[in-house]
Amino acid sequence: MSRRKTERLLGLVVCLLSSPRYLTAVQIRAAVPGYPESFEAFKRMFERDKEELRELGIPLETGFNSPGDDEAGYRIPRQAYVLPEIRLEPDEAAVLSLAARVWRQAELAGAAAGALLKLRAAGVDAQETAQPGIEPRLLAGEAAFGPLWEAVRDRRPVTFAYRAAGRSEPQQRHLQPWGVVNRHGRWYVAGYDDDRDAARVFRLSRIEGDVRFSGPAGSVIVPEGTDVRETVREWDTQPPAAQRTAILRVREGAGHGLRRHATLLPEATGVPDATGVPDTTGVPDSAVARGSTDRGGWDTISVPFSDVSWFAEHLASFGTDVVALEPADLREAVITQLKGALA
Amino acid sequence: MNTPGKPVPRGSAATSTTRLQRLLALVPYVVSRKVVGLADTAAAFGVSERELVDDLNLLWCVELRSPDPYCPIDLSYEGGEIMVSEAESIGRPLRLAVDEASALLVALRMLAEISVPGAQAPGSEALSRTIAKLEAAAGEAAAVSAQVQVQVDKRHADGILGQVRDAVDRGRRIHLRYYVPGRDEATERDVDPMRLLVVDGRTYLEGWCRRAEAVRLFRLDRVLGFEVLDVPAEVPPEAEQVDVDQGLFRPSEQDVLVVLDLRPAAHWVAEYYPCESEERHGEVLRVTLRTPDTQWVRRLALRLGEDGQVIAPAGLAAQVGADAAAALAQYAA
Repeated sequence: MSRRKTERLLGLVVCLLSSPRYLTAVQIRAAVPGYPESFEAFKRMFERDKEELRELGIPLETGFNSPGDDEAGYRIPRQAYVLPEIRLEPDEAAVLSLAARVWRQAELAGAAAGALLKLRAAGVDAQETAQPGIEPRLLAGEAAFGPLWEAVRDRRPVTFAYRAAGRSEPQQRHLQPWGVVNRHGRWYVAGYDDDRDAARVFRLSRIEGDVRFSGPAGSVIVPEGTDVRETVREWDTQPPAAQRTAILRVREGAGHGLRRHATLLPEATGVPDATGVPDTTGVPDSAVARGSTDRGGWDTISVPFSDVSWFAEHLASFGTDVVALEPADLREAVITQLKGALA
Repeated sequence: MNTPGKPVPRGSAATSTTRLQRLLALVPYVVSRKVVGLADTAAAFGVSERELVDDLNLLWCVELRSPDPYCPIDLSYEGGEIMVSEAESIGRPLRLAVDEASALLVALRMLAEISVPGAQAPGSEALSRTIAKLEAAAGEAAAVSAQVQVQVDKRHADGILGQVRDAVDRGRRIHLRYYVPGRDEATERDVDPMRLLVVDGRTYLEGWCRRAEAVRLFRLDRVLGFEVLDVPAEVPPEAEQVDVDQGLFRPSEQDVLVVLDLRPAAHWVAEYYPCESEERHGEVLRVTLRTPDTQWVRRLALRLGEDGQVIAPAGLAAQVGADAAAALAQYAA
């Protein structure tokens, strides 16, 4: 760690913040100790210092004091530098501390901690309570999160290899990212897909390898009124397919995942009763949800579904606890599914 | 205590710029409080007292030379108390960077998603006040934060979230009817609530399960029935909180090692379950995972049909075949 460098940078900040006027490089070298004698060496070091201050978010401006000046100068406008007054009530400060914990192990952990530090410096007493009743976290473990967040922040196009669902080979994609969304625990990036000429959503966990910037900062334009969360929601939501009704036999005390959306049929409803469905007349609806155990054997239930193949896979997962009776295509699909598992 | 001011280091410049950040916050931290203790301040900044004293010396030594040499910062730290008598232009903190404002605003909005009016902290009202104040203070830096959104899964949890929060806050025992999808079982148990965890968009109740006599996590969307009992919660001293930052579900050495071959239509399995390794053999993805209970793997294998195959353990593969045969027999009747 270079103490001299820290001293020099701090001197530079204080010097430029204190001056109401633009200071030229020569004036700065005269005022701030620690720069080398050689002008060339000074220029190189000064360039790096400026870069580092800007990376910290310090608003270092370049300009002229009067139109006649032939050399640009530098200053840090106090108004642009200073965090505006912020006063938080104790309950607000508590909420803020909790929020700062959310990213603890994730990409923005350092940023959250840095923000909290500045707010504390502004006088906010944000103490962490030892045992909060609620512990929120975003893990953002995907390697793509960091570069995609930077791309969204700086409005830069990106390119990455993407393995779409069901494909074995990844494809190189080019995206103008609009936003990053966590929906129900999964991270997505939404944006304009230059290969498809349309809005697209990508799941971060399916991105392989590095995300690279493919254009300059500021070149991505997010269309007016874009709601990235809505974009991802639409993508993630199945189009409202026609709902159909399945008739199932479900072993008592089993099939709870199905019963939550089911109606218990009072009797065999005229379904071809190949395996002896017991009479369930008079059982109240609440027995469906409870999965009543006071009658031996099976229940007959009706459940809405839309996608035959998905629902058949779901029914197959219940093994011997569920038998699909109707419709015929669903019944066939379950049989095919189970035959596949025989191998 | 967290460690503020420690962003991910980038190259060799990281240490001196990190320190500069800390110094620029340290002066206003003292100024806004008039006088502060050395120990408290060191703790607040996540540094040792020795490091803090070194920081203070550095600040005190800063010198500018033009037109005449002068020391812009004057401070003292005698008797364990810090005072800043001259802070010049750095008496107020630097504004929030875009990353910083976004990190807090995204987190606050996520909390607002799961907040319940009337419940104890974080109340939804305090949240909206904090969000408004932070947006105002961050100014332009706040704008980008809208491009990162977190939508918490509340599809089934909405109804009971408030009650669970309340039970946690008031320390009441609860009775749960809980669905375990891996075994297709509805279980009944009494639970002494510890915390509510909201991890990556999913909500869990962490509590001492009196049936298992261990700490358990319950996903709220799998709660079938819920009743707050008129009994105070008694979390035993040996109940250890889950270390959220290590991930919620950590496999143990005693777990069974399961190997699955997945065809492309089943590659989603690798995204849904924590796999220890993934190997690609042409179209087939071979994954390895550890689990204490293989019941759910049998169900998964039936769901996958010909798109997935249990490779190991052999006994499990045989069970899957037997399960499928028994289920098919019911259709043959």
